[in-house]
Amino acid sequence: MKKTFPIFAIATLGLLSYALYQALVVAPTEVTMGNVQRIFYYHLPSAWVAFALFFVNFLASIWYLAKRTAGSDALALASAEVGVVFCTIVLLTGPIWARPVWGIWWTWDARLTSTLVLWLIYVAYLMLRRFASGGQTPVLAAALAIFGFVDVPIVYLSIRFFRTQHPQPVIGGGPGSGLDPRMWTAVLWNLAAFAAYGSLLVWTRYRMAMVERQVEEAHAQRALESNEGAEQ
Amino acid sequence: MSILGVTQRTLRKDLRLEWRSKDAINSMLFFALLVVVIFSFAFDPTAEESRHIAGGLIWVAFLFAAVVALNQTWARELRNQVLDAYRVSPAPATALFLAKALGNFLFVVVLEALMAPLFVVFYNLRSVGPVYQLLVVGALGTWALVVNGTFFAAMSIRTRSREIMLPLILFPISIPALLAMVDATTSILTGSASPAFWIRLLAIYDLVFTTVCLSLFETVLNAE
Amino acid sequence: MSSEHISNDNAAGTQPAVALSEVVRHFGRFAAVREVTADFAPGRLYVVLGENGAGKSTLLRMMAGLLQPTRGTIRILGETDIRAVATRMGYMGHAPLLYDELDAMENLRYFAGLYSIHDDRVCAAAIERVGLNPELKRRVGQYSQGMRQRASLARAILHNPELLLLDEPFSNVDVKSAHEMARLLGAMRDEGKTVFVVTHQAAVMEPVADESIVMHTGRLIAREQGIPQSLLSPYARPSEVRR
Repeated sequence: MKKTFPIFAIATLGLLSYALYQALVVAPTEVTMGNVQRIFYYHLPSAWVAFALFFVNFLASIWYLAKRTAGSDALALASAEVGVVFCTIVLLTGPIWARPVWGIWWTWDARLTSTLVLWLIYVAYLMLRRFASGGQTPVLAAALAIFGFVDVPIVYLSIRFFRTQHPQPVIGGGPGSGLDPRMWTAVLWNLAAFAAYGSLLVWTRYRMAMVERQVEEAHAQRALESNEGAEQ
Repeated sequence: MSILGVTQRTLRKDLRLEWRSKDAINSMLFFALLVVVIFSFAFDPTAEESRHIAGGLIWVAFLFAAVVALNQTWARELRNQVLDAYRVSPAPATALFLAKALGNFLFVVVLEALMAPLFVVFYNLRSVGPVYQLLVVGALGTWALVVNGTFFAAMSIRTRSREIMLPLILFPISIPALLAMVDATTSILTGSASPAFWIRLLAIYDLVFTTVCLSLFETVLNAE
Repeated sequence: MSSEHISNDNAAGTQPAVALSEVVRHFGRFAAVREVTADFAPGRLYVVLGENGAGKSTLLRMMAGLLQPTRGTIRILGETDIRAVATRMGYMGHAPLLYDELDAMENLRYFAGLYSIHDDRVCAAAIERVGLNPELKRRVGQYSQGMRQRASLARAILHNPELLLLDEPFSNVDVKSAHEMARLLGAMRDEGKTVFVVTHQAAVMEPVADESIVMHTGRLIAREQGIPQSLLSPYARPSEVRR
């Protein structure tokens, strides 16, 4: 069991390098957009990983409210933090791609705006975790996580109606969205690599959170055993 | 113990307390007035486009006023720790939540009723679409802000930076509702489009979050 | 709403009013209550003594269901679900737990409603019982501390609970009021109710106390019949009492 983590870490590293090779060397240059399109191989997987992690956060929060286990709270925290990081990558790579292609940095289209709102919601979640005091943090955070997740479809619905300008789904969209098979390969490799990388980060953060908790527990236990232990 | 009975008694009690102390209402009315005046300076009311941006202006102003009001929600229950007396009683937590949310709703509606005519005067507004639709949007939109606001106020009183925490968690969650209120109001004022989609969206939002609030409130109230 | 069935139907007095089993409560790294295990028989008046920070209030709040224990179980009137016995229990905190802007009658009327009591005579009786005048229209915010604590006691007993948990009921109360309240608590014990009083003023409770419980740094260190002479002085150090 102890070796699982380093093995997984090394495998992730290998996967990331191979996916990088796929994205930069194997995949052909896109005809109209040129090399800048290659950022897509990071943009899209980051988005999917971020969304998946927010879903994990939602499940872990529900699990926490039902069972009150330390592990589920640690997982909720880890997935929200790493999810926000990936969501930030999406929001940063988007404009870098959009500027040369659409001629603008930002546009208020459905996908961009939804992602931004999602980012705001989960940053608020992390803020609450930071400012809530003591033992009630996990409960308050779990409640907010449920609000945040329930909000996502409504956000998407509202902004979709608001306006849409995003390139029509590059994958599985209508005609003209055809993707070169080699691009497909690069997308899938990067998706796998980012999923592995995301899981690795969450796992690390989860372990850190659990260790922090064990330290707290140990302090509390020592206070219990000592006779003078009323240390604040 | 019926939920509605306790809700009604708690609401009546809160209104009586507010009437006697007038803590919040006086300062809030003045605050609302200030917001309208400052907005009128900041966004030239004589401009022809004012009608097109009025929806946004009005709702942002309402939002600010509502946040200040919402932050007062639990202040009175914390003084003398009266909340403990409620918590040891057999009365359901949801009744307390409903009473507080309804109280805030009334309170914010009063503020809006004061601010709206001022906006109409300063911005020389005239609605092209039917006015009753504005009332529907107003009611649904206010409930959308107030129901989550009441809940988040109960969360933020347990954090270190109480007052600032409320908007930090309320605003992101409220974005779709705000979008709906603003767009619906603008389309009614200008008569350019049907607000039907937005009204439906607001109704769904209200329904969904009222349910979430009611089902999670007891958990949050007893988190210690 | 009959609170007369003090479980003396079959198990006459054998079932404890309060049973604590290895109860622990942390606040972060601070252990406020540490592994307290004890049974308390019904129909007695217990005085909980101890220095500041000994864990008395925390223990009482856990018994009232206001705080969850970190570990261990608490059984109140035979139930582990404290909400289920909420109607049979009364709690008074060291803050008054009343609205300053309402008079005593209005306050009690509201709280009675929470217990499904819609009868002004019940409220008036509770107010008279603590020695106040139900007709008094003065707002609680303008009461003296002694009157406010009495009104608070009236709130705690208005639904005639069989278990009363009182946290510092005599803080800042004049001597006369304190003695009257103590006498009232003794009378309630004589009616068969179980009463817990957390206090620093052991001497006030001395005439009516059945048993004293001494806490020190989160532990229950002693239980004595009555209140021992050594604990009566306001300068007594409860931690020096040993079993």
